[in-house]
Amino acid sequence: MKKDLSIYIHIPFCVKKCGYCDFLSKSGSEEEQERYVRTLLQKMERTREAAGQYRVHTIFFGGGTPSILPAPLMDKLMDKLFDLYEVESDAEITIEANPGTLNPEKLSAYRNMGINRLSIGLQSTKDEELKLLGRIHTYEEFLENYEQARKAGFENINIDLMSGLPGQSPDSWKQTLKKTAALHPQHISAYGLMIEEETPFYLLYKEDVARRDRGEDPGQLPSEEAERQMYYDTAAILDEFGYRRYEISNYARPGYECRHNITYWKRGDYLGYGLGAASLMENQRFTVTKDMQTYLTKKYVYEDLVTLTAADQMEEFMFLGLRMMEGISLGEFHDQFHRSFWDIYASVFRKLEDQGLLIREKNRIFLSDKGIDVSNYVMASFLF
Amino acid sequence: MSHIDQSKIRNFCIIAHIDHGKSTLADRIIEMTGLLTSREMQAQVLDNMELERERGITIKAQAVRTIYKAKDGEEYIFNLIDTPGHVDFNYEVSRSLAACDGAILVVDAAQGIEAQTLANVYLALDHDLDVMPVINKIDLPSAEPQRVIEEIEDVIGIEAQEAPLISAKDGTNVEEVLEQIVQKIPAPAGDPEAPLQALIFDSLYDSYKGVIVFCRIKEGTVRKGTPIRMMATGAEAEVVELGYFGAGQFIPCEELSAGMVGYITASLKNVKDTRVGDTITNAQQPCEHPLPGYKKVNPMVYCGMYPADGAKYPDLRDALEKLQLNDASLQFEPETSVALGFGFRCGFLGLLHLEIIQERLEREYNLDLVTTAPGVIYKIYKTNGEVVELTNPSNMPDPSEIEYMEEPMVSAEVMVTTEFIGAIMDLCQERRGQYLGMEYIEETRAVLKYDLPLNEIIYDFFDALKSRSRGYASFDYEMKGYERSELVKLDILINREEVDALSFIVHAGTAYERGRRMCEKLKEEIPRQLFEIPIQAAIGSKIIARETVKAMRKDVLAKCYGGDITRKKKLLEKQKEGKKRMRQVGNVEIPQKAFMSVLKLDDK
Repeated sequence: MKKDLSIYIHIPFCVKKCGYCDFLSKSGSEEEQERYVRTLLQKMERTREAAGQYRVHTIFFGGGTPSILPAPLMDKLMDKLFDLYEVESDAEITIEANPGTLNPEKLSAYRNMGINRLSIGLQSTKDEELKLLGRIHTYEEFLENYEQARKAGFENINIDLMSGLPGQSPDSWKQTLKKTAALHPQHISAYGLMIEEETPFYLLYKEDVARRDRGEDPGQLPSEEAERQMYYDTAAILDEFGYRRYEISNYARPGYECRHNITYWKRGDYLGYGLGAASLMENQRFTVTKDMQTYLTKKYVYEDLVTLTAADQMEEFMFLGLRMMEGISLGEFHDQFHRSFWDIYASVFRKLEDQGLLIREKNRIFLSDKGIDVSNYVMASFLF
Repeated sequence: MSHIDQSKIRNFCIIAHIDHGKSTLADRIIEMTGLLTSREMQAQVLDNMELERERGITIKAQAVRTIYKAKDGEEYIFNLIDTPGHVDFNYEVSRSLAACDGAILVVDAAQGIEAQTLANVYLALDHDLDVMPVINKIDLPSAEPQRVIEEIEDVIGIEAQEAPLISAKDGTNVEEVLEQIVQKIPAPAGDPEAPLQALIFDSLYDSYKGVIVFCRIKEGTVRKGTPIRMMATGAEAEVVELGYFGAGQFIPCEELSAGMVGYITASLKNVKDTRVGDTITNAQQPCEHPLPGYKKVNPMVYCGMYPADGAKYPDLRDALEKLQLNDASLQFEPETSVALGFGFRCGFLGLLHLEIIQERLEREYNLDLVTTAPGVIYKIYKTNGEVVELTNPSNMPDPSEIEYMEEPMVSAEVMVTTEFIGAIMDLCQERRGQYLGMEYIEETRAVLKYDLPLNEIIYDFFDALKSRSRGYASFDYEMKGYERSELVKLDILINREEVDALSFIVHAGTAYERGRRMCEKLKEEIPRQLFEIPIQAAIGSKIIARETVKAMRKDVLAKCYGGDITRKKKLLEKQKEGKKRMRQVGNVEIPQKAFMSVLKLDDK
C-alpha cells in the first residue's frame, strides 16, 4: 500500500514585494525564473526512488506568486510531478495567484495541466487599501481575473482577504467581506494583518503594535476594539453567505475545505520542494535552505532536520489540531500515542475548561469562541 | 629569612577613585619587581575574583609581597595591601590602611580629584599614613598633570611637585614610583620581642586549611605552634601554618615578626571567629591592650532573596552558608512570603555588597533568584515602650502601636562640575536631603554636602546621580546615626490581594508619588491576562494610587503558512517560557523581574 502524501512547491518570485510580506520572495527576471525551475526539476528528480512509495492527494504551489511563472515552466513542473508520483485522480491541486499576473491563456493552460484550485490574493476590495499594502492591482483588475478564471473552468476558488489594515474601519472591512462573498468563491481565507519583523511595515507600525499590545490607542492601526469587531464581523457575515469556519482564519462552503491545509493541521506527511519549503515526513521535520545561491549551486539543500520525540508529536497534535474548529479527537490521540489524553493533559485541560477557553463534546475537544481569541495562550499551555 | 631587617620593609597600599588606575599600577609594580613575568601575568593580579575583574573594582582586600632591588643596591620587601574601592566596605578599607605605613595616592591626570579620592585620602591621613601622590594616565590626550598637581596641593594640602607622572598602562615612569616607595614610605617600627599584637585586615575560608587570616604584625613574633587568641571574639587556636603572599599563592615560612605582613592558619572553621580589625595575641603571653579601631560591622541594607524555583530552597541555603564562610558581614535568616514562598532575609553592608552576593549566587551557584526591594533597618518605638529593629516591611506593627520611628542617615559628599550643581541639588532635595553646604575645589568644580536618609540612596541614587550629571558627579558617604522620621508602610495590591514581597517603608511625604510610580511601573511589567487586573498602592486601608492592566482580548496567530510549523512552535515556546518566569499570586501571574524593576523609579 502506498502512503498518502501532500506536496508543496515554493515559487519565490513576485512582481514586487508587498510592505507587510515576510515570506521568501523577491522579484526575478525571466532568466532567474528559468534557472530556478531548472534547479527545482533536478532536485525533484533526485527524489524519484522515494517517490514510488507515495500516492499524492494534494499539491500546492505557493509563493511568492507562482502565477508569475510563464505557463510552459509550470507545465514542466506539473509533468515532473506526474512523472514521479502516483497522483490521485481527484487530487486537490492549488496554485496561488495574484491579480495582474493572470490572463485567459494562462488560466486555461493551468486547467489543462490538471490544476483544479485557484487561490487568489485579493486582500481588500478598496483600491486605497490595496495601494497602502503595496499591491500591484486594483479591485477592478481582480474582478476581471476572477471572471476569466470562472470562464476557464475553475470551480474551486479561494480568495485571500486581510483585516486590521492601517486606517481600515470596521465598516470598510464589512464591505470587503460582503463584496467578496457575493462573488461566491468556494473558500475565503480571512487573515488579520500581522506586523512581522524585517518588513517595511514593521518600521512603520511597530510603535503602534506596542501601544495596542498594552491596550492603548495604536494610532494608525485599528484599535483593539475595532480589530476585534472586524474579527467577529468576519464570522457573522461569512456565515450569512453560507460559509462555514473550519479553521481559525479559514472559511469554506461545505465540501470545499482546503485539503492541503488540513494535512498540515492533522500532521499528515508532506514534502516541500523549492526554496525554504518545509516538510514533515514520518515524524521528521526539515526544510530547504532559504538561501537562493546555496539552493542553486549545492546538491544537498535540506537542513534543520529534527526527529520529533513522542512529546513533540503530542504537542503538535494539540496545537495544530486545535486550529481547526472541530478540534482534536481523543480517540485519535490514543491511536497515535497509545496513551490516554487524560494521562497526559487532564490538569491542563481542566484549567482551560474552567477558564471557558476549551469545550469538550463527547470524544472531541475544541476551542470556544473566547478560546479562539486567545488561542496562542491555549496552545502554549499544551507544550511540555 | 628568619632575620629580616625592618628598615628594608615597606608596607603600603594604593588608594584611588574608581577607574583611576589603582589595579593597573598594582600590576605594574608586581611585574616590575620581578615577581611575575608578563607571560604569567594575567591582567590585574590582585583582583582575582572573576566578578571583580568584570566590574573593575576591588571587593576584598588582598595582599602581595615582592622584592625590589633599589638604585641604592639594597633589596627591599614590598608588601602591597590592596584595599576595597567602595563605600560599602569603608570599614575594611580603614583596617587595611591600619596595616600599612604609607599610601600611594593615584590620581587620574585628566579627571583630577574625585569624591572617593578625598574620602580615601582623609581616611589614610586619619591613620597617620604618609601619602605619596602619583599622577596616572599621562598618556591620555586630555591629561593635564600640572593642573592636577596643583589641585592635590590646594585641596588635600599635601606636597605633590615630586609626584611621578606615569602611565601605569604602558609602564612609563613606574620605576620612579618604586624608588619613591623606598624613599618616602617609612619602614615599620615595632619590637619583635614584645608580646604579640597583630592586626587582622582580612580573612578567607579555604576548604583544606580552614580560615586563613591576613594580618600585620605590629609587635612581637608569631611562629608555628604559637597559641593565639582573637581578643574581641575570644577564639583560641594554635598556629598551624604561617607565611607570606606570593602572587596568587601562599608561601609558608617559619615566623612572622613585628613589621611584617602575612597569613596565619590555625584550624579555625569560621571567618566569624576572625573578624577584620580584631587583634591576635599570644594566648599565654597576651599584650595589654588590643589595637584600636575594632568594630563589629553590621549589615546596613536588607532584602529578601528567593529561589525562582521553589525546589531550590535548600540549594540557596547551602550557597549562602558557603558564602558566609568567607564573608562575616553577610547575614541571613529564613523568611516566608505569600507571593514568593520560602526564602531568606539577607543583610548586606550596602547595595554593592548586595549585588555582588546576588551575582555570585547566580553565577557560581547557578541559582535563579527573585530579590525584593532592598530596605534599611528602621527603629520603631512602640507605645508600650518596646524598641523594635525592623528589617522586613511585612513585620511592621500596626500604626496604632507605634509611638514614632527612626531611620538611618548618612553624611554625603557629592563632587560635581558647576554646570550640574542645580540638577544634583534637585536630586538631593527630592531624596529628602538636608543641605549642609558647598565648597569650591576649583572654579568649575564643587563639593556639595548633604545629610540624606539611607533609604533614599540605596535604590537608584547612584544611577540617578550619573544620569543627571552626564556621568560627571562622584559620590561618597558615611553613616551618621538615626533620626526621627515620618514613615509609613506602602502596600501594593494586585487584583485586590496584597503582595507582601512588594511592600516597603517610605517617607510619608513621598508616599503618594512613590505609590503612583510603582503602580505605573507594575502596569508596564505585568503582561495582560485573561481578566482585568487592578494594581493599587495603599497605606493601611487607604488606596492612594491605581492602575489597571486591561484584559487580554486577542492573542492569536492568524496565519500559519506553508507548513512551517517550527516557527509557530517557537512562538508558542517563547510564550510558555515567559510563563515559567512568572510568579503566581492569587490567580495573577507576575513576572519575576517585576519584583526588582520597581526599584528603578527615577526616570529623569
